[in-house]
Amino acid sequence: MATTTTTVPSAGPVAGSRSFLSRLRDGDEIARMITFLFAASVVLVTVLLVLELWQGSVLARHKFGFNFFRTSVWDPIFDQFGALPFIYGTLVTAGVSLVIAVPLGIGAAIFLAELAPARVSDALEFFIDLLAAVPSVIYGLLGVFIVVPLMRDYLQPALKKTLGFLPLFQGPAYGVGFLTAGIVLAIMVIPYIISVSREVLLSVPRDQREAALSLGSTRWEATWKVVVPFARGGIMGSIFLALARALGETMAVTMVIGNNPIVSASLFSPGYSIAAVIANELTEATSNLHYQSLIELGLVLFILTFVLNGLARLLIVATSQRGAGMGNA
Amino acid sequence: MSARLRWRKFVSGFMLTMTGVCALISVSVLFFILGYLVYHGGTSISWNFFTKLPAPVGETGGGMANAIVGSGKLLLLATLFGVPIGFFGAIYLAEFSGGTTAFIVRYAADLLNGVPSIVIGIFAYALAVLPFKHFSTLAGGFALGLMMIPITLRSTEEFLRSVPKALREAAMALGASKWKTITSVIVPAAYRGILTAILLAFARVAGETAPLLFTAFGNRFWSNGWNQPTASLPAMIYTYAIAPYDDWHRQAWAAGLVLLGLILIINIVARAILSRGIAVPRA
Repeated sequence: MATTTTTVPSAGPVAGSRSFLSRLRDGDEIARMITFLFAASVVLVTVLLVLELWQGSVLARHKFGFNFFRTSVWDPIFDQFGALPFIYGTLVTAGVSLVIAVPLGIGAAIFLAELAPARVSDALEFFIDLLAAVPSVIYGLLGVFIVVPLMRDYLQPALKKTLGFLPLFQGPAYGVGFLTAGIVLAIMVIPYIISVSREVLLSVPRDQREAALSLGSTRWEATWKVVVPFARGGIMGSIFLALARALGETMAVTMVIGNNPIVSASLFSPGYSIAAVIANELTEATSNLHYQSLIELGLVLFILTFVLNGLARLLIVATSQRGAGMGNA
Repeated sequence: MSARLRWRKFVSGFMLTMTGVCALISVSVLFFILGYLVYHGGTSISWNFFTKLPAPVGETGGGMANAIVGSGKLLLLATLFGVPIGFFGAIYLAEFSGGTTAFIVRYAADLLNGVPSIVIGIFAYALAVLPFKHFSTLAGGFALGLMMIPITLRSTEEFLRSVPKALREAAMALGASKWKTITSVIVPAAYRGILTAILLAFARVAGETAPLLFTAFGNRFWSNGWNQPTASLPAMIYTYAIAPYDDWHRQAWAAGLVLLGLILIINIVARAILSRGIAVPRA
């Protein structure tokens, strides 16, 4: 960066205070300080956020300790709070969404990066970007009025008939539940997987493909055995990003998961998620402990997404740089 | 051609077709969503939707005028709060800072960007609602503004950095101070990118619902000033969609159509601004 070479030379070898004043007269030092205040406020807000989550949950953390994550009684009347059903629901719905979204998303990304002509690829990417911009409450709206009836009347009965011997697909078909929430989440996170994976695939150096093709591999073999492994890290990164997004998603999940705090092996069963319980109960928390337990759930969510986002960024940057480095060589 | 080669070619063709199918499915979701909203929302939308207050529970009719105005107020506050911090913070990052400070600010911004919106809601609730003991438009604007900061900051910084070095050096060679260079050369050169960044941040928070549940809350009437709870389009969609009344469902569709239309139009405009060429080619 060229930021250190800007001192006005006319100040010459005079003492530091003089050159400081001359820079001050030009307004540079003032501008620097003012913009610094704005930049610092970003850090301040973030620190405050973490502090608030940490200190706001101190009562709950001390009272329940690790049992908070192991017990499933959530009873505001007797001030007993165990978060297992919410954590379970969050993980299960996110898991279901990845099972659906990962193959679809990576397949689509391969098509966009490897097969489609640049113009088609860019046009489709534009639509994918728009899809990523659709707010979650709209997904919730479509989930409530389209996905839930479809699940109840067609998909869940069909699954029960064919795969009903698995504990996953047993029990009454309510429409709402883990599976429905997972499907809605899958639709929401696919654009993230596609955009990031496409970028990473595009950064794979051309000679990798050409080498594989010249050795006689088919187009698919070159893609699947050379290009995709090369981009593996970045694709993992895109999946972590999608997972972080799925874990923290609130509105769409709240609207279709059924809001029933139980741990059930059946994906048809209504459940609850961390974000959903916060959304439903925070403003109506009956006691301080209730409120603090909800904040602790927020803290859990924060830590999960923090770790996943960090990992994702590392993987994506490392993979893209590797591609760039080899491309130049 | 040996059987094995034929098999390999078949697998190749098949799998590549499948990737095309995946892409088709993913993109068609957008048109599916749009189609459904236009179909259901289009039949429910009327002049009343834009001009009337919500009807009392049990009566049909009414509109969401208060939610539209409420969303406007919330977004205005969010922009006033989030954009300056993001914009000036980005100038600091791109032009003044080096090394550690920049790293910390960037790290904080990325962290803030990854925080789920519900957690932002908790934070705004604890900071801007609990101490005053009532929900308010201001608190809602604060929550949305928080979410605008990192998006504005990071993209603005990127666009500022993409301004070629030669432009900076030319301005400085003419004797301009650094601040003068920034305001009269660098920012104008990057303004399309910056405008795009701000518009995208705006569109992103326009549909946010979760942070508003705890801050702006909701209101079935006109909001009495900035210090009072207010209705907003996303929160209304949520409330109306999960309510048991058919007439409310129709209105939820109408509100969904208006909200999504607004967000998609902003997105398209933002991208159009950018693709008409950044004023400066990347060096």
